[in-house]
Amino acid sequence: MNSLVQVNQSEATDATPDVGTKPKVIARDVNVYYGEKHALKAVNLDVPARAVTALIGPSGCGKSTFLRCINRMNDTIPICRVTGKIEIDERDIYDPTLDVVQLRARVGMVFQKPNPFPKSIYENVAYGPKIHGFAKSKTDLDEIVIGSLRKAGLFEEVKDRLTESGTSLSGGQQQRLCIARAIAVNPEVILMDEPCSALDPIATAKIEELMDELQENFTIIIVTHSMQQAARVSERTAFFHLGYLVEEGRTEDMFTKPKDQRTQDYITGRFG
Amino acid sequence: MTEMALSTARTVDFASDAAQARVRARYRAEARFKMYGLIAIGLTALFLVIVLTDIVIKGLPAFTQHSAVLDVTISDADVDPKAVRDGDYQAVVRNTLRARFPNVESRADRRALDGIISTGAADRLRERVLSDPSLIGKTVSTQLLLSDDADLYYKEGTRIDRQPAAGAATVSGVAGDVTIQSSLPDFAANLKVVKSGLFARAQTLRTEAERQRGYARTLEARKADIERTLATATPAVRQELATITADIASMSQRVEEATAKAAELQVRFDASASEETLDELVASVLVQINGGLVKVTKMTDTQATGTVILPLTSAGPAAAGSWQVVTYVVPEANRRVNDREVSWLEALRAQGAIGSNFNWAFFTSGDSREPELAGIRGALVGSALTLFVTLILCLPIGVAAAIYLEEFAPKNWLTEIIEVNINNLAAVPSIVFGLLGLAMFLNFFDLPRSAPLVGGLVLALLVLPTIIIASRAALRAVPPSIKEAALGVGASQQQAVFHHVLPPAMPGIMTGTIIGMAHALGETAPLLMIGMVAFIVEVPTGITDAATALPVQIYLWSDLPEIAFQAKTAAAIMVLLVFLFVMNGSAIYLRRQFERRW
Amino acid sequence: MVYLYLAGLFILVTVGYLFGRSRARAAARTETLHSRPPYHGAFVGLSIVAPMLLLLVIGLPIADRMIVSQALQTFDPTVMSDDLRRGVALRDITALAAGKYTGEPSLALRQAADTYTSLRTWTYNLILAAGMVFGLLGAAFGLRRLSAGFRARNSVERAVKVLLLAAASVAVLTTIGIVFSVLFETVRFFERVSPFEFLFGLQWSPQTAIRADQAGSSGAFGIVPLVTGTLLITTIAIVIAGPIGLFAAIYMAEYASPRFRAFAKPILEILAGIPTVVLGFFAALTLAPIIRATGESMGLDVASESALAAGIVMGMMIIPFVSSLSDDVINAVPQSLRDGSYAMGATRSETVKKVILPAAFSGIVSAMMLAISRAVGETMIVVMAAGLAGNLTFNPLAAVTTFTVQIKTILVGDQEFDSAKTLAAFALGFVLFFFTLTLNIIAMQIVKRYREQYD
Repeated sequence: MNSLVQVNQSEATDATPDVGTKPKVIARDVNVYYGEKHALKAVNLDVPARAVTALIGPSGCGKSTFLRCINRMNDTIPICRVTGKIEIDERDIYDPTLDVVQLRARVGMVFQKPNPFPKSIYENVAYGPKIHGFAKSKTDLDEIVIGSLRKAGLFEEVKDRLTESGTSLSGGQQQRLCIARAIAVNPEVILMDEPCSALDPIATAKIEELMDELQENFTIIIVTHSMQQAARVSERTAFFHLGYLVEEGRTEDMFTKPKDQRTQDYITGRFG
Repeated sequence: MTEMALSTARTVDFASDAAQARVRARYRAEARFKMYGLIAIGLTALFLVIVLTDIVIKGLPAFTQHSAVLDVTISDADVDPKAVRDGDYQAVVRNTLRARFPNVESRADRRALDGIISTGAADRLRERVLSDPSLIGKTVSTQLLLSDDADLYYKEGTRIDRQPAAGAATVSGVAGDVTIQSSLPDFAANLKVVKSGLFARAQTLRTEAERQRGYARTLEARKADIERTLATATPAVRQELATITADIASMSQRVEEATAKAAELQVRFDASASEETLDELVASVLVQINGGLVKVTKMTDTQATGTVILPLTSAGPAAAGSWQVVTYVVPEANRRVNDREVSWLEALRAQGAIGSNFNWAFFTSGDSREPELAGIRGALVGSALTLFVTLILCLPIGVAAAIYLEEFAPKNWLTEIIEVNINNLAAVPSIVFGLLGLAMFLNFFDLPRSAPLVGGLVLALLVLPTIIIASRAALRAVPPSIKEAALGVGASQQQAVFHHVLPPAMPGIMTGTIIGMAHALGETAPLLMIGMVAFIVEVPTGITDAATALPVQIYLWSDLPEIAFQAKTAAAIMVLLVFLFVMNGSAIYLRRQFERRW
Repeated sequence: MVYLYLAGLFILVTVGYLFGRSRARAAARTETLHSRPPYHGAFVGLSIVAPMLLLLVIGLPIADRMIVSQALQTFDPTVMSDDLRRGVALRDITALAAGKYTGEPSLALRQAADTYTSLRTWTYNLILAAGMVFGLLGAAFGLRRLSAGFRARNSVERAVKVLLLAAASVAVLTTIGIVFSVLFETVRFFERVSPFEFLFGLQWSPQTAIRADQAGSSGAFGIVPLVTGTLLITTIAIVIAGPIGLFAAIYMAEYASPRFRAFAKPILEILAGIPTVVLGFFAALTLAPIIRATGESMGLDVASESALAAGIVMGMMIIPFVSSLSDDVINAVPQSLRDGSYAMGATRSETVKKVILPAAFSGIVSAMMLAISRAVGETMIVVMAAGLAGNLTFNPLAAVTTFTVQIKTILVGDQEFDSAKTLAAFALGFVLFFFTLTLNIIAMQIVKRYREQYD
């Protein structure tokens, strides 16, 4: 385990993305309204590929709302309205001709509370490949499931009980199962909405390790209320406050020399 | 490890045709699934609409009633001024009608004529004369209630074709059997209809014969089967053989009869111009001529023979256009009133003696064997008394039980049992409560049968769980902070509950109570068990009188053979539904009005 | 008499209350009271009510029984053993005593009526007098207890609590009452007909003869035809209500806009509120003739009281029931599972079929069980639209009969007291009660566990 962490850390520093390369996700002038409430105000943000980007800010600042715009989960809320433009690989995801089902296969999501389906561990991971028709055969599907469980670092723990219910796992394992479920459809972007807030510190550490590994292959956007976590896992950080994106930049810079007074106040614990 | 994991990951090109087709198929499945849901709700809505429409269509006619307004002479021969109550008012009514149709002589016809007017008409006349005895000896215009058949005749309307005749006619007499000879084939159209009716009947008979033959053939096959193995047949099989043989015999006889009858009808049909006899299975043909009416029994194209129903003024010739051929399209066999009665009813209508009124009696009188006199007042009062008993029992008990369980009950086995009990009681079939009422209240406690008291007791037990559950929900909705505040200023537990928790919960409790009462109002089965099904004419006056309730009345009427009771049943259902809608509506209103967000 | 007694009770209580309160007020001028004066008054009132009501509730039935048996003894001691004659004699005696007897009473009857009247006057007066004495004693007891330091409120509250508990126990008493009323008669029924014949007999024709010496007086009491009949109608009902109710619930919970729900929910509520007697009327007078006509036009042999008509309408009756129960269990599936599925790119129907329904499976099963129990116990629709003869068939176009129809048919109208036929109805009620009870308990247990899973 220890060696793995070291390797990953070294990889993380190596993989510093060239700011000049094309961003994976581009948000321009994004506004979100919940009925009368203006929840997100003119947000502009570029998210680099194959790196972890953290969204931080006090409760109700709009960071989760922004996250849910990226895979259009806000569509499931009837009163929610989104304006502006979000592009993934230069393709507008709010384009009416784009299919939301396909979009969500490309943009996976992990939720605050682990939400495994009340099915077997195997079925949980196989769910996505099955509905999208990825697997041609049973062996194909087995391969995808086992591979995804491996990538989520869960396989060794559950390999003897793949037919047991996903809800029988511990909280941390459940969350890694949810991550395995998300990566089983091989998405390009993984959104994580405070994935560790319901977990104990040991489980949290495991998830954080996992994120480090995953950023090799995936673009990860994580919402977190823990600044330490943001500092530990992310390449870049964006600070939201009252619906505005206040400041965005390299994580190191954000925490050492914030440009905005509000960022300063937040990271020094004046409010939160 | 990372290397290995990567190898299993595969990317899918969503733009590929296969992927696109798959997505389209998924969306089709989605649309289909959604459609199933809509269909389910649509079917439910459709069913509701059909039921309600059916009932309204059936029930609306019962709210009006036809009566004949005739000049009634109240002679002192029938009504002795000294004994007004004992007068023969039936005779008064009878005489009025007979004066209108003097040619009705046979006993059967006279009885039919009397049957037009309801027996209740005499009773109403009695009431009128009792309140004003000076009417005796006078002739007064009186509204006479019609019997159910006559009333139905006017309500349903009947198809009557009138065809002015083109030829000049001569009639052989003014009464009895007469012959009408027309100069032109005025009866040709009718004759054709009758003949084609004969053909249709022959067809039906032939089909029927064919069907019987088919049955017979299957039986023959079975018979042959049995006969082949007759040597080893058991007594039971021999028995079957005998039955089959008998069946085959009777079937072939039926086939022969039908075939013969069909052949006979066919011959009559083929002779298209020959004289034809009319029976009650074809449309009735009558001739209105010289101020009278003749029912045709035989006819050719130009000549009709028949019986006079309404007397003619003269036997002389009638000019073309002055007489007409009248057809009652529905065959007599399919009507509840025969040609004679139709002619009387039509004559009364032509004289302007028939009027229609709102049927107030439906709401003001009790049950009756005569549909036109039956009303729901007894049932309504019975229901009201029953619900009164239910309410005064289950409201206090229900609320007290809810308060206990919600606020005072310790967590122990007794409380647990009570809770489980209440939930289970809510799902016990209502007829079982009826058994309880029968065995406990009637047989054990010797309470009076058929009484609202017992009905109310049973219904109270039946709706108690509903009220307890609703009241508990209402009490639970009051935030504990309010009670804690009261306790904090030194109120006892009971003071806190009765002064501060119960009042804000009251609207919720009332809502639950109204819904429970609505449930009780519609409940029928337990009331049947405790004998509230008797035929009771009098309106009950107390909770121990024999009574019936509105839903039970509906059940009783729905079982009666008279067609007119069907409309009464539907009308009673409409009244019941109106009450239920009002009750449930007020419950919803109450909930909206007092719904409080804490 | 009862009204007079209650009037006396009311007066005594009012006086007792006022007196107690004023005594407490008087005491309050010199000392500090523990409880406020109304509680003192209420305490005195309760001391009066309790003994008086107890006397009435216990004394009156005893007195009535005594009067009746005395009167009957005078009339003809032999009638006591015969329930039927006893009932007739009693009716005559009470009618004569009340002056409503029509006809010329016999000497014995007149004597009996005299005994009845005089005994009644005498005992009732006794009860009245005793009640007043009890009330006064109670008042004396209450007033003696009163003092400034007396914890009147606590005593009153204890009494109130006992009352509340008593109210809550009514539900338990009802269940006990039901069990006993069906159990006793059922046991008596099994003294005549063996349980084996009852449970496994293939023939049901309870028409026992009036006189024992008549031919065919035994009757057949095998419930198998009733079981199959009930099963047939219930199956038709569930086949209709199950899918329709479930799909309606799914649509309402997962697809419907608030505006659509505002329109659709009342439809289900109105349907649920329509009394079954109304649906029975529809089944018997509208649907059954339509089915019969349709069937005959297709050359099928349809009974005018076909199981199909009753089954369809019963299905419609339980649609709202199935859909509201299913709605509850579907809504109890946590939103997070839906989100998880949508985030994987699943469509709504895939989410429903592959995540929500499996998650809600046990809850839906229990909803169906409750619906079955409701259908089995439903009476009016089958009474009006199903048949009377116990045909052992699974043909939906034939006429079958059910438990509830038979109970109603046997018990409505003139019953032969104590005959196997009458008792059979209670045995049917017994089976019906325990069948539905078992189904309900199992279903509620499943629902409870289901809810705990997602709370």
